[in-house]
Amino acid sequence: MTDHSAPTTIHLDEVSRWYGNVVAVNNVTMRIGPGVTGLLGPNGAGKSTLLHMMAGFLAPSSGSVTLGRDRIWQNSKVYKSVGIVPEREALYGFLTGWQFVLSSAKLHKLANPVEAATKALNLVEMLDAGNRRIDTYSKGMRQRVKVAAALVHDPPVLLLDEPFNGMDPRQRLHLMELITRMGADGRTILFSSHILEEVERVAQQIEVLVSGRHAASGDHREIRRRMTNRPHLFTIRSSDDRKLASALIADGSTGGVRLGEDGLEVRAIDFRAFTRLLPQAARKADVRLLQVSPSDEDLESVFSYLISGGRQ
Amino acid sequence: MNTTIAQITYRGMLGSRRVFLLLGLPVLLLALTGVLYALASSPERVTILLMERFGVAMMLPLLGLIVGTGVIGREIEDGVIMHLLAKPIRREVVSVTKLIVAASLMALFGALPIFISAFAMMGWEADVALGFAVGALAGGVAYAAVFLLISIVTRFAVTVGIIYALIWEGVVGTVAPGARDLSIQQWTLSIADAVSSSAFLKSQVAPGFAIPALIVTTLLATILAGRRLRSLTLSGSE
Repeated sequence: MTDHSAPTTIHLDEVSRWYGNVVAVNNVTMRIGPGVTGLLGPNGAGKSTLLHMMAGFLAPSSGSVTLGRDRIWQNSKVYKSVGIVPEREALYGFLTGWQFVLSSAKLHKLANPVEAATKALNLVEMLDAGNRRIDTYSKGMRQRVKVAAALVHDPPVLLLDEPFNGMDPRQRLHLMELITRMGADGRTILFSSHILEEVERVAQQIEVLVSGRHAASGDHREIRRRMTNRPHLFTIRSSDDRKLASALIADGSTGGVRLGEDGLEVRAIDFRAFTRLLPQAARKADVRLLQVSPSDEDLESVFSYLISGGRQ
Repeated sequence: MNTTIAQITYRGMLGSRRVFLLLGLPVLLLALTGVLYALASSPERVTILLMERFGVAMMLPLLGLIVGTGVIGREIEDGVIMHLLAKPIRREVVSVTKLIVAASLMALFGALPIFISAFAMMGWEADVALGFAVGALAGGVAYAAVFLLISIVTRFAVTVGIIYALIWEGVVGTVAPGARDLSIQQWTLSIADAVSSSAFLKSQVAPGFAIPALIVTTLLATILAGRRLRSLTLSGSE
């Protein structure tokens, strides 16, 4: 059972990590609390470095990484509350899936390791394949058996490094459901990913890491709103697109208007001002708005903007 | 000592093709023993030469290298050690357990074949078999500790281990007088010499130095291995 008295929030305070002259993580401060958090960033952004520091496999060069008040680095006791699913695929290929998860239960000195291992394998739907050697498993099966081993002691905190890598769509969906369920149960789940669709579907909270810096925090809509300077693209269909275009272009909150095949493509400089202006301008020009849709509402465009450092 | 870690480590060492690596050298020693037994006119001298030149100088350090890198080096290299380290177990316990497994494998694949080989040649005569067995046991444990430490300290454990085993132990330790005092091989021979009464066995290092040196080396390597494992950093794929 999850230990409800155990701390469940990971605190990173002004954490940096450098290798020689290369800064992998630069002055990151964040809190990872209960629920599902996605650590998002392109390859090389420092996600794994940050996750390794949270997992106690890397010392921060400066700053502190704690679980509650407990330092994570060189503190094996934190693993009572933390489960880790590393990205690296290597496992003890000579063990069966069952033996691997059972060994994990025994290493945690659980009172009933057999029951715990059965439950964990059942959770990832690997009980039937448990008697096969790990070296005969597919990548997705290996991933699931790693998740089972990490969950065997029912930890309140689970860290997963690129957990969906190599999984087929069905397995991916299953793990996404599992993560969502565990997050809803009140666990602290952090997973890293460079695939936007995964993060968007699973995480309530997103922490974006770009070039080692904490670029943004929040759900993907919040991230977007907090970027006040970011131009937003809208596709608008109306009763008279040309008339509406001239009305909008006269206002300072609109950066550009283009008449496209699907209607007006409007680049709004000031999101709030534009959303206020649009209905007023349409009314004044006696134009009926038929459809207003943001054409860059997906996370991909938010992410691209962050990576570009706001130069878009 | 953690029995689950020990079981996994034994299976990794004995349940895979690695066991053939471990068996290769002892089998070669026993084969050489058979040939020399049939040909040798002076079994005592030949036995000691075989033990010194092959058993202690070549087989023991190479076995130490295979065992030391096998019990932990490989796991660090491919990251699977994370399975053991992400547990509420002190890392010193992990390293000591690995050392116990390594030392027991050195006894099984190093000291035991050395004893069998020497005993087949000479029986209990002049306690040569016993002397080399005791020496190989003590030296084997020290090699296991040193190679375990090397495996934790560097990702190039095999290269560093081969350089150490062949250059330092094999060449410098036998040729350079000053370096002899700092050679596990010489300490092993010193113990064998102390136990045996054979006139053909003459070690370069006094047992009064060799025995404490073996103990200190083993303890120091074990402590350092535990500390180093505690600070072991595992990088991600980025």
